[in-house]
Amino acid sequence: MADNNTNRQSMPVRPGMGMRRGGPPGSRPVEKAKDFKGSLKRLLTYLGAHRFLILIVFVMAILSSLFGVLSPKVLARAMNILYDGFVTIIGGTRPEIDFAAIAKILGLLAVLYLLNAAFSYLQSYIMAGISQNVIYRMRREVDEKLTKLPISYFDQNARGDILSRITNDIDNIGNTLQQAAVQVITSSVTVVGVLVMMIYISPLLALIVVLSIPLTMLITMGIAKKSQKYFTKQWNDLGNLNGHIEEMFTGASVVKAYGYEDEAIRKFCEQNDALYENSRKAQFISGVIMPLTGTVNNLSYVLICIVGGMGVINGTISFGDVTAFIQYQKQFSQPITQMANLMNVLQSAVASAERVFELLDEQEEEERAELVEKPQAVRGEVVFDHVSFGYSPEKTLIKDMNIHVQPGQLVAIVGPTGAGKTTLVNLLMRFYEIGSGSIRVDGIDIRDLKREDLRDIFGMVLQDTWLFSGTISDNIAYGSPVKDQAKVREAAQSAHIHRFIKTLSEGYDTILNEEGTNISQGQKQLLTIARAMISQPDILILDEATSSVDTRTELMIQKAMEKLLKGRTSFVIAHRLSTIRNADLILVMRDGDIIEQGTHEELMGKPTFYAQLYNSQFAQ
Amino acid sequence: MFQLIKRNIKGFRLPMILSVVTLVVHAVMDLYLPTINANLTNNGMARGDIPYIIRMGALMMGAVAFSTIAMIGSSYFSSKTAMGLGKNMREEFFRHVQSLSKGDIDKVGTASLITRGTNDVQQVTNAAVMMLRMMLMAPTMFIGGIVMAWQKCPQLAWIILCALPPIALLMLYMLKNGLPLFKSIQKKVDTVNQVVREYLSGIRVIRAFCKDTYETERFDIANLDLKEVSLKVARMLAFMMPVLMLIINATNIAIVWIGGHYMLDGKVEVGDLTAFITYVSMILISLMLMSMMFVVLPRASASADRINEVFHIESTVADPESAADIRALRGGYVTFDDVSFSYPGADMPVLEHISFSTKPGEVTAIIGGTGCGKSTLINLLPRFYDATEGRILLDGVDIRELKQAELRAKIGLVPQKSFLFTGTIADNVRYGKQDATDEEVTEALKTAQAYDFVSEMDEGIHTQVTQGGTNVSGGQRQRLAIARALVRKPDIYIFDDSFSALDFQTDAALRKALFAQIHDSSVFIVAQRVSTIMNADRIIVLNDGVIAGTGTHAELMKTCEVYREIVYSQHSESEVG
Repeated sequence: MADNNTNRQSMPVRPGMGMRRGGPPGSRPVEKAKDFKGSLKRLLTYLGAHRFLILIVFVMAILSSLFGVLSPKVLARAMNILYDGFVTIIGGTRPEIDFAAIAKILGLLAVLYLLNAAFSYLQSYIMAGISQNVIYRMRREVDEKLTKLPISYFDQNARGDILSRITNDIDNIGNTLQQAAVQVITSSVTVVGVLVMMIYISPLLALIVVLSIPLTMLITMGIAKKSQKYFTKQWNDLGNLNGHIEEMFTGASVVKAYGYEDEAIRKFCEQNDALYENSRKAQFISGVIMPLTGTVNNLSYVLICIVGGMGVINGTISFGDVTAFIQYQKQFSQPITQMANLMNVLQSAVASAERVFELLDEQEEEERAELVEKPQAVRGEVVFDHVSFGYSPEKTLIKDMNIHVQPGQLVAIVGPTGAGKTTLVNLLMRFYEIGSGSIRVDGIDIRDLKREDLRDIFGMVLQDTWLFSGTISDNIAYGSPVKDQAKVREAAQSAHIHRFIKTLSEGYDTILNEEGTNISQGQKQLLTIARAMISQPDILILDEATSSVDTRTELMIQKAMEKLLKGRTSFVIAHRLSTIRNADLILVMRDGDIIEQGTHEELMGKPTFYAQLYNSQFAQ
Repeated sequence: MFQLIKRNIKGFRLPMILSVVTLVVHAVMDLYLPTINANLTNNGMARGDIPYIIRMGALMMGAVAFSTIAMIGSSYFSSKTAMGLGKNMREEFFRHVQSLSKGDIDKVGTASLITRGTNDVQQVTNAAVMMLRMMLMAPTMFIGGIVMAWQKCPQLAWIILCALPPIALLMLYMLKNGLPLFKSIQKKVDTVNQVVREYLSGIRVIRAFCKDTYETERFDIANLDLKEVSLKVARMLAFMMPVLMLIINATNIAIVWIGGHYMLDGKVEVGDLTAFITYVSMILISLMLMSMMFVVLPRASASADRINEVFHIESTVADPESAADIRALRGGYVTFDDVSFSYPGADMPVLEHISFSTKPGEVTAIIGGTGCGKSTLINLLPRFYDATEGRILLDGVDIRELKQAELRAKIGLVPQKSFLFTGTIADNVRYGKQDATDEEVTEALKTAQAYDFVSEMDEGIHTQVTQGGTNVSGGQRQRLAIARALVRKPDIYIFDDSFSALDFQTDAALRKALFAQIHDSSVFIVAQRVSTIMNADRIIVLNDGVIAGTGTHAELMKTCEVYREIVYSQHSESEVG
């Protein structure tokens, strides 16, 4: 903001510098937007809703900087009167100061200051509201968008990347809107205004100031280039060191078991020392920029004092004007250095916006226009009718698949890795859309149902368990709308996880951390089974749900599940074939095709692929 | 936070002091300039003395040069100090974590520990740079400004005194309301991130349970929360600057008006007035700089808190003051004597009254359900945790009387999650024995049934393993982890469910090669598959933390119901015979 009217003294450290986001200054290259204009335009449409307020903000920003530019000149008039008075005093003539005039000027000045403060406050106040609103809306839009994107999007894009668009990028936009947008206006108004004033006061002095600018820029850019080398080294070192930390912490038990601690520390210290050397140099060199530019500013200040002082004696310039000029010089150099920084900030904000828009423009899951009501009672008949599907159009994984599952049947799907077992589930749940053919539940094409209605029919336990950070009982109750502690316990008992929970320090209130490091994979699976048990779905899907659970517990869970499965259609994917012997229908898959189907007895009675698989599991 | 900084600044005290000194010199020079300027005005300009103006101008130039040199020095020393602080802090942190037991580490969580050791340390270091460069400058300029102003015009100094209370009040208000808000913003941001992260990782489950709306609501609550707090902070900051400006500008008007009257009385000169105004503005700038602490400090202090939390965890497993001499002990004689273990505060113990002993050449297998305490049991042996009751003896000596490093040197552990480090395959195997020859490495790989796939790789045992071992399959990882234990030729082997990712044939071949080699050692195997452990000398059946039966396969089939159930869950009765 350009309202430091009395900001005279050399101040090599500018308040704006400390607010720089993230890491040390000058550390990373600025990212550029692919379509700067287009993305900027679209970003501006977000501000469109606040058009009127923004207009007010702009007007106020312009006015407050204009007042900022004017006030030194006004003050100069008062100083001139004082100076003239002072000259009469030392001149020995009767001292005389026109206090009535000074009072008038100071009154005007007070009004200017007040207006300046009021405008700059109001302007920031309104802008804060606008930018917070915009980023709130943007975040919500992105989050809502996520719920509409197909699963394939999440499979194809790294989580970290999506996350960073929602958080870092939107944050970046918000900060820029809040500060940089208005600063662009105030800085340019100030630069132009001050330049005009300076030239008006004294073209000679103005020349001194203007000449100092290229010098400042030369120094800044030259040193920044030099320090960049060390910054790059610093980032590499930091990456190495953090990698080492990550590795040693993740493999802590191996490190300890093999007494590798000292070696780990030795290697750490080595990398740490390298990082220290390079970061120290990078910091030092970049830290020199500010004192040097400060020096340039100070030098031009001194020159102004000297040249201006002589001018006062010669009578070519008034004393007040020199003091005003000194203020202008300070007002001028700050926005100039700011502007260069602002351009970078703006560019990176538009690049951020572009990444957010990319996400918002992703293809959404389509819903048919005319949907069928979900049936009141689901019988659980499932039909795959000439279904074909491939994850990419060029590669068909499933070709012309036909399955007919009667209500209440227990269907087991077996086959080697990559045979397409999980794909079947993905299609049934409509995580992916089939290429051709149709899948029907109780005679209804699943594409005629609303996705939520369809998924409401199914209960699912997956191999890769998902627990959110929250208490164990919250995690179990996730599937059910009511939180009934007794039911949670009952489900935990049926899933044979109750005793384990009781060995934890906080029992059912134990907070699971995000990575779930405090419990084992098998225990996680048991928790998700408890979750499915509580949700009471019409059709149950178990995708390697007990792969990390020991066989005896698995058997006990199966018994508990029998009650749950009774009368319900269920699909079970398992790699331990011992667990699916009592299935009503076993589908044997290989390379996307169902190559055999039947009961355990039927399939074992013939020389089938299934029999081969089954026997290999028990080879001694 | 200051404790943390104070402790870790050691070794960099001198650069720190020098950086402060140079900074003060710089500030003093800057404070001196307006005074010279005042003289230039009073004695040069007003009296028409051009040589005086030039003299004063030269003096100012000198002051500027001096100030620049001081500032460059300050930059040099402050970089050294702050980066040194970061270096020491990181090192202390890393060493401390290395000294913690596995149980201690689990309390914080690995990912969180990594963030603390990297990001949080960085935050504190950044704050230190900022403090050394600016925060120190602020109080110096503040006090210096007041002193200079006072000295220049004691008559006008009372105006500053009038301006200070409202400024102090403003700062106090910010301090009281701003600090908690800044802390709370950080938390809200974390919450938003967490909700999204969880949504992304649980997308299938969320959709399967039709919880999209619920998750969106969760997000919206977090989002709205964040917006409201951010808005509060932004508006507070929007309020602060103009008010601060207004106070200072009002002071200036007062100075000109009152100063003018004093001048008439001959008490002050006009140059003094401008200098005075300058000093007042310097006081303002120093205050603005101090207000920046509101942004930097809360974040850094939150980071420091997170780091300190780790420092406050004391290792629960400690070396004894005078350790027993491990060389006097025969390896492989292990006795569990009525061992129980429970997590602090838990309702039920994980393990209860476990007793058994083994000798060299014996294979002890531990089998039991998920969460029955198998892993905990064998984790007690290398002292990843200490038993809460009872003792574990190595050749009659309580393992708590031994040095951890020496005890572990006797053990070859293959953990459940086979973890590989970046480096070559040979490097990873040599983790077990640093001076192992290529022959020893190859031999270990062969026994572990890993040599075949290793030799098929382009660079054989010198093939690079990527971080976390992602370029080898789960089964291959397990075999490399086994080779790492084998190359050690330890007295005690521990295989924690280390054969699970192997197919049945490899499992069998590996066991055969293994047992032909390790007859001088005690072997502990935790397993899920009955076939893996059927031939063990002793099978311990764990059920809900207690021993349900001990004996050979044949004995247990007769006496132990739980064991029979496990066996039948994997093999039909006819198969077992």
